[in-house]
Amino acid sequence: MTSQPQIVGNSPIRKEGIAKVLGRARYVDDITLPGMWFGATVRSSIPRGRITSIAFDPSIPWHEYTIVSAADIPGENCIVHLTKDHPCLAVTHVNHCEEPILLLAHPNRSALPAAVAAVHITYEELPAIYSIEDSEKKEQIIWGEGESANTFKTYLMQKDQKPIPDEIWQTADYIVEGEYRTGAQEQLYIENNGVIAEYDAVKGVTVQGSMQCPYYLVHALELVFNLPAEKCRVIQTETGGAFGGKEDFPSVIGSHAALLAMKSGHPVKLCYDRAEDMAATTKRHPSRTRHRTAVSKDGKLLAGEIDFAIDGGAYATLSPVVLSRGTIHAPGPYHWPHLTVRAKAMTTNIPPHGAFRGFGAPQSIFALERHMDKIAKVVGLTPEEFRRRNFLATGGHTATGQLLKDPVDMQHLLTRALEESNYHAKREQFDRDNPTSTIKRGIGFATFFHGAGFTGSGERRLNSLVEIELTPEGQPRLLVSSTEFGQGTNTILCQIAAQTLHLPYDQILIAQPDTGHVPNSGPTVASRTAMVVGKLVQRAAQSLLATLAPLLSSRSAAEGPAVASELPHDYTPEDFRHAALHYLAEHGSLKTEARYQSPGDIFWDDETYSGEAYPAYAWAVYVAEVAVDTTTYSASVTNFYALQEVGKVLHPILAAGQIEGGVAQGIGYALYEKCTWNNGHLANNQMTNYIMPTSADVPPIHVTFEEIPSPHGAFGAKGIGELPMDGPAPAILNAIEHATGIAFTEIPLLPEDIFERMTRTPEAGSESLDTAVAGPIFSEATA
Amino acid sequence: MRSNITQYELVAPKSLDAILQILADSPDRYTPIAGGTELMVALGAGRLQQKKLISLWNLGELRFFEVTPDAVHIGAGATFTDIRNHPVITSELSLLSQAASWTGSIANQNRGTLGGNIVNGSPAADSPPALLAYDATVTLVSTRGSRTIPYRSFHLSYKKTVLAPDELLHSITLPRNLIGYKTYIRKVGTRNAQAISKVAIAAIARTKHGAIESIRIGAASLRETPARLIATEQSLLNQTVTPATIAAARSALLSETLPIDDIRSTAKYRAAVAANLLEEFLHTL
Ligand SMILES: Cc1cc2nc3c(=O)[nH]c(=O)nc-3n(C[C@H](O)[C@H](O)[C@H](O)COP(=O)(O)OP(=O)(O)OC[C@H]3O[C@@H](n4cnc5c(N)ncnc54)[C@H](O)[C@@H]3O)c2cc1C
Repeated sequence: MTSQPQIVGNSPIRKEGIAKVLGRARYVDDITLPGMWFGATVRSSIPRGRITSIAFDPSIPWHEYTIVSAADIPGENCIVHLTKDHPCLAVTHVNHCEEPILLLAHPNRSALPAAVAAVHITYEELPAIYSIEDSEKKEQIIWGEGESANTFKTYLMQKDQKPIPDEIWQTADYIVEGEYRTGAQEQLYIENNGVIAEYDAVKGVTVQGSMQCPYYLVHALELVFNLPAEKCRVIQTETGGAFGGKEDFPSVIGSHAALLAMKSGHPVKLCYDRAEDMAATTKRHPSRTRHRTAVSKDGKLLAGEIDFAIDGGAYATLSPVVLSRGTIHAPGPYHWPHLTVRAKAMTTNIPPHGAFRGFGAPQSIFALERHMDKIAKVVGLTPEEFRRRNFLATGGHTATGQLLKDPVDMQHLLTRALEESNYHAKREQFDRDNPTSTIKRGIGFATFFHGAGFTGSGERRLNSLVEIELTPEGQPRLLVSSTEFGQGTNTILCQIAAQTLHLPYDQILIAQPDTGHVPNSGPTVASRTAMVVGKLVQRAAQSLLATLAPLLSSRSAAEGPAVASELPHDYTPEDFRHAALHYLAEHGSLKTEARYQSPGDIFWDDETYSGEAYPAYAWAVYVAEVAVDTTTYSASVTNFYALQEVGKVLHPILAAGQIEGGVAQGIGYALYEKCTWNNGHLANNQMTNYIMPTSADVPPIHVTFEEIPSPHGAFGAKGIGELPMDGPAPAILNAIEHATGIAFTEIPLLPEDIFERMTRTPEAGSESLDTAVAGPIFSEATA
Repeated sequence: MRSNITQYELVAPKSLDAILQILADSPDRYTPIAGGTELMVALGAGRLQQKKLISLWNLGELRFFEVTPDAVHIGAGATFTDIRNHPVITSELSLLSQAASWTGSIANQNRGTLGGNIVNGSPAADSPPALLAYDATVTLVSTRGSRTIPYRSFHLSYKKTVLAPDELLHSITLPRNLIGYKTYIRKVGTRNAQAISKVAIAAIARTKHGAIESIRIGAASLRETPARLIATEQSLLNQTVTPATIAAARSALLSETLPIDDIRSTAKYRAAVAANLLEEFLHTL
């Protein structure tokens, strides 16, 4: 018997790593097609209004250009996500700055900027709104009507579908209230959004480019071109980062390029530069969360009311599902005897917000984890002890009523994280040193979970399919629409196939995601690839093995069709190749598949917002150390500990990379990255003034894992991609409260904000900075 | 790239004389380009108005150091990396090598020049506060000859300098008479690297029997040009450092600066932090 080296759980070299390191990987802007033209977008310069005229400056030789307007759209003028509210090109009205109105193409790329500037558009301006509060006032109705005026979506999530009994509020020892806010955040993938489109009257539309979800773009093209799916082919090219920013947006730029290709009769490349990408494409939804919590003297949560609102921007895009994930994560890893979450996604005249790693969860978790520290202080417990008294555990029920069947041990995770970070000793030391230092140090933490896979009934609806084929050389090739954009999809899926097929990792091939060849294995989002698609790859590989079994081992052949547990394993790669070639010689080709099967015990009710929200959760404790310099009022993170339980770690180096990158992004979210909107226009759409942290701003990040294999993922894997975005911001602000005694409630928290708070005079009517006082919003109920 | 580069022209004569002659023959037509780390940003963004460029890059006559017993002369074409590597600057004039070390990134420092940093005239630039604290002089050249003036009179107003259209910045001279001086420099940027300063202070001072007998303070991002804080210096001359003199110096600083609200920070923050930095320096004396 040949001993199979362990592939899953080791860190083989990335599938596309060599090509990337040697500069051979071709990103969309590296690709040139014969006769290719270049595209550009003419955009709205105002946030809201009616278009009154469009004039073409005579200084430009317009006959050389292709000009596309909404009138050229063969199908519907609509970018379809969940609702049909989002025009592909504006016709009469614009609802946000940078809204696309016209498209231009020209053979010479450098002839485009001047032409874009020479399209003169006049408007009758209408009053615009930029905040959740202004949207709620409904003085201006900018979207929908009646109940849904300015409101893309609402949810009501109640524990056991029952309202909170009044007596809870009347008898609780404490009622603690708080309001928390988070800002927009730009994904800042290294490669901007870009595509190349071709059009052929017979074959239809082909778009290749940088993206996460090729089948989303197929869906969008079907509508815009009024073509069947077979005539809308989408190919993912090497993609330089995405973070959600290439989930929904490629539907826009892909449709635009395809329209230009159709009208010009040439392939058209449309690639944004950084300034356009930052100003015009989606960002993380800003949020406001209000908490009202009833707590007993002994630190037990009795009931919670959470109002969660997000700013969706001008069109719905993915706001309903972002809101959904934010809603379900709002109660955190705690036991709530009673809970009501009211959630809504509001409309503003800001460019539409969209998917970004975490997808609503970082927003509501920030609020909760700040609020938990606040409650602890009111009740007179440490942040640690208060959480310990309320953690969910195995056998408990989440706020959606989901029974936690798989083992969960937050108590242990917290103990381990605090030990590894030397939390208690540091807390004491900082308390001793701070009074005599201009640098105030603090340590804080956040405890949280993140659901893997699509929310609720999502996976069932996706109905994902994975195939494995044999190449003529007898090598297995994975056919999936799951995309690689730096996070490691190619590598982990090939590891899973290699382990299942008992083959060396480098003998597994993975096809370029091309909807002409690969099945729809679902979008590459929602921390679902390792768990959901990985499991399908494992099953398709088992099925391949079952088919080849008679040729691999006479024993299983004799016993008829093999079942999974009896699949052959005592063969060499050479045996496999012979069996594969033998099969191909006899049958011509071999392709096996696996389709998603909902685990029998997973039920979700969209009506009552209850049930199994996610098949599995990752659990984590993040500890941040900060230094606040009272000379410059700037806070920096000086050390970071990230401990998580994510099921089986498939590839330790990639997994640690995901966590480190997510923590760095979370540090940016908390302390640096601020979208400055000026009349609805992003004023800092350059990296000089949009302050993403550099390596000099990111501390040592200590990443550790607990591995409790999950029955839902291949080899026990759960999802990890989004998890690290959730914890850093609240852990950092909790640490800043420890350092300064100031309970900040809003991110991004910039030095200017810390300055304002530290230098605010009491006469100006501020709340006390005294650490012993929680602030005016907590009230001790009189029983 | 938002510019059409076919509309631009670049000449690269081999000698300083040839460059000065071209500038003299057609003033207003050519814009010098040294490292290009300012001009290329404008080109990429589609806002570089000047279409004719004349290259000064790597010209030996501008990229030099000359050390005499009294002074260090730095050619305008010296890069930040050159400055960081120069032994006399790092040991005796370290405020300048410090400033060079936190200018942009390593790639920037390999390309960006001291001359470009000064002539560009940004109030937020990193080298000017150090040059002001050291009381540098600048030498300007043209076919008409050369002139040397104090650097503190070089900037006239926002992005306006005394340079004539046919004139180049030739070199910067730093006196070496710094025995007994305490020095200070701190940049408060938007982040720890690749940052434009929100406020920066460079200062040197010498005390005698506890009293300040000489002090010079340069600042960035507190006025429309890099600024020497003369009134603040005056308030401290012949004073010992006490809570009262610190308070007086803080209010002198506020009286002679005019910080603004912009995309990077607020006027209030800049003023308060500048005063804090000054105080931090005074505590070291
Ligand atoms: C990513 C990035 C980060 C940056 N970070 C910083 C930073 O942290 N701090 C900072 O201060 N700056 C920063 N800069 C700006 C820039 O790098 C510096 O100002 C640099 O010193 C400019 O020098 P240069 O030789 O490249 O200038 P150029 O772009 O070549 O020229 C700038 C200006 O000076 C003129 N000029 C140049 N040399 C002469 C001369 N000898 N005589 C007359 N006129 C002349 C040019 O005509 C032009 O107007 C950054 C730039 C970039 C792109």
